[in-house]
Amino acid sequence: MSRGNRPLSPHLQIYKPQLTSVLSITHRGTGVFLSIGALFLACWLLAVARGPEAYALLQGYMHAWYGQIMLYAWLFSLYYHLCNGVRHLCWDLGLGLDIKTTYASGYAVIASSLLLTVVTVYIRCIQGVSA
Amino acid sequence: MKQAVHHWRAQRLTAIILIPLCLWFIFTLAGMTAVDHAAVSAWIKSPLNSLLLILFTLALFYHAQLGLQVVVEDYVGNDSLRNCTILICSIAMSGAGLISILAVLKISLGL
Repeated sequence: MSRGNRPLSPHLQIYKPQLTSVLSITHRGTGVFLSIGALFLACWLLAVARGPEAYALLQGYMHAWYGQIMLYAWLFSLYYHLCNGVRHLCWDLGLGLDIKTTYASGYAVIASSLLLTVVTVYIRCIQGVSA
Repeated sequence: MKQAVHHWRAQRLTAIILIPLCLWFIFTLAGMTAVDHAAVSAWIKSPLNSLLLILFTLALFYHAQLGLQVVVEDYVGNDSLRNCTILICSIAMSGAGLISILAVLKISLGL
């Protein structure tokens, strides 16, 4: 197929990473990672439905160090994907498409997803229990 | 083309539905003093929570399937491998969605 002079998609290997492109690929990365988290949510609901023993077994994994890492990683990923998703929805409405606003909203996404994660962990800590 | 428009719309619609439901789910669980089986199943049992959870899982797994499809379409070049991967993703996401809804119904109806 002749591509003429049309612009090509960036070749990721030679493409200089910028805030915008890194945030964009992170949106996809967190999306895929969260799909695995959704499968875990199904397991969790299934364990609750099965009864206290199955639930205690799953909770054992969740309280282990690797379980905690996964849960917090899913938590941050969810907030990131949610905040950046709102940014995408604004773009769909034609809002904030200029370079300056795109960078500002990008930094806002990073800040707000970190803040939401910290707030959630704080609420959890007040309850005196982990995850 | 019509399919692509439908995909695009469904992805946005499920995204909008998921914003409040995700926050509701996380903040409710984070705010619970005990997350043992009794507390969690009592929470799910409430009719409003069951309904919201079913809505949440429906939107979640549909959104995940739509998103995974886009990623696979963009990065898997080989036609048959691409279609096969998309099919596996759809089966996994619909299966997990179905399991989630059945689990919520089982808890809520006390079966």
